[in-house]
Amino acid sequence: MIQIKNIQKGFSGKSVIEGVSSEFETGKCNLIIGASGSGKTVLMKCLVGLITPDSGEIIYDGENFSLMSQDQLKIMRRKIGMLFQGSALFDSMTVEKNIFFPLDMFSNETKGEKQKRVDEVLDRVNLNGAHKKFPAEISGGMKKRVGIARAIILNPKYLFCDEPNSGLDPQTSLVIDKLIKEITIEYNITTVINTHDMNSVMEIGDRIMYMYQGKKEWEGTNKEIIFSKSEKLNSFIFASEFLQDAKDMRMLESKGKIDQNRDMEKLMGE
Amino acid sequence: MNIFTKLGQFLLMLKGMFTKPENFKIYWKELMHQCVELGIGSLGIVSIISVFIGAVSTLQTSYQFISPIIPRSVIAQIVRDSVILEFAPTITCIVLAGVVGSKISSELGNMRVSEQIDALEIMGINTKAYLILPKILAALITIPLLVVIAMALGIWGGRMIGDITNILPHEIYDKGLHETFVPYNVTFALTKAYSFAFIITAIPAYFGYNVRGGALEIGRASTTSVVTSCVMILLADYVLATILL
Repeated sequence: MIQIKNIQKGFSGKSVIEGVSSEFETGKCNLIIGASGSGKTVLMKCLVGLITPDSGEIIYDGENFSLMSQDQLKIMRRKIGMLFQGSALFDSMTVEKNIFFPLDMFSNETKGEKQKRVDEVLDRVNLNGAHKKFPAEISGGMKKRVGIARAIILNPKYLFCDEPNSGLDPQTSLVIDKLIKEITIEYNITTVINTHDMNSVMEIGDRIMYMYQGKKEWEGTNKEIIFSKSEKLNSFIFASEFLQDAKDMRMLESKGKIDQNRDMEKLMGE
Repeated sequence: MNIFTKLGQFLLMLKGMFTKPENFKIYWKELMHQCVELGIGSLGIVSIISVFIGAVSTLQTSYQFISPIIPRSVIAQIVRDSVILEFAPTITCIVLAGVVGSKISSELGNMRVSEQIDALEIMGINTKAYLILPKILAALITIPLLVVIAMALGIWGGRMIGDITNILPHEIYDKGLHETFVPYNVTFALTKAYSFAFIITAIPAYFGYNVRGGALEIGRASTTSVVTSCVMILLADYVLATILL
């Protein structure tokens, strides 16, 4: 579990994150959602130590990340895997070498054992046969999968994904979401995902934190989000008329006041 | 950001490079890779420049020596000393500042912008030690060697053009090379080569590593790093000449 307590961060006198506190549970997909510029990427960078917060505490399973020395941080970071928005693959290396790299750097296993592990992980993300390709030769979805494979190669306890669906088509987005969800459960890791993809929220969001202008505005599950009273959250999530209609239907349906088939026909007719 | 802030950041970057490597074997591999990239990769351009500089030096010195009192072998002495003292270390390194400097700066800048440096940091790797130190060490190993090669090729270029144009037969040229040779000049040239090698890798590394933004900023960082490196080379050249000669 990761706990954050009263995180504050500002740049050049402008506050970007204001007193955000939350908990990210193990074995679950914890989503941070919010509009562009709401501070979710800065918060994630604070969580992984790429940015030092001005104040507040970040606690990884009882260990205070904020108070760790450089050496302790190095060890801690080996328990962290991260999937970047642009995948951040090393473009001078093949797919296989990208995944080999953390193993070569930190593992004392034999070459055969490392190769076996790389093959297993590539197989897990359905990338068999892409071993010798360079990042420039593969699609955006494949890059994300290579990024996930690299993030999990060292069996991390914590997985961070920054906008895993950005630039992907809806179908590929679902594949990536499903993969992240499965990996979270399979490896029993704490997964934190930054997204503004509503499919992800509904499909894999076990815990969701909504950020608005650097503050935590709402927190709950993907079941609860439909019934949220927060106007800011509602206008963010159900931004389009279509989604607003879908929400209304879901609410009526849950109250037993609607026949789904009949209403769908009505909606289609309109 | 003022110059003192930048200087402070630069010194902190240098300090940050010196930590225990996470895996010595990988660092060694990276060092060898950089030696090939920076050293072997620059051999072609250094060779061409050196031969032509030596050749042009012979032609121009000969053109200015019209007095029959001065022996022709003096031309070889002048070419030798000019090449060893100035052309081989300084001109070679100014060219390398463009070739190597822009490469380092844009490579690191691109890694920064595409979050590859962040990815390495997340893995628990000291990116300053892994990305910058091997480049500086590789330059300290290969650039003095390139300068020695540049000296030899520059002097050979002068000898060759003397023969081809019949301005200075190689017998006289060789005689001149052996006259009044001061071995300290080579030491001085190598001191310059080591200093310049540090400048043309550390400065572009600083600008590349600290890029913020996108493609435009990478280009700007590359240009700034080359300009700053060239100015620093000339400044260091003056300071070293004042102190050591």
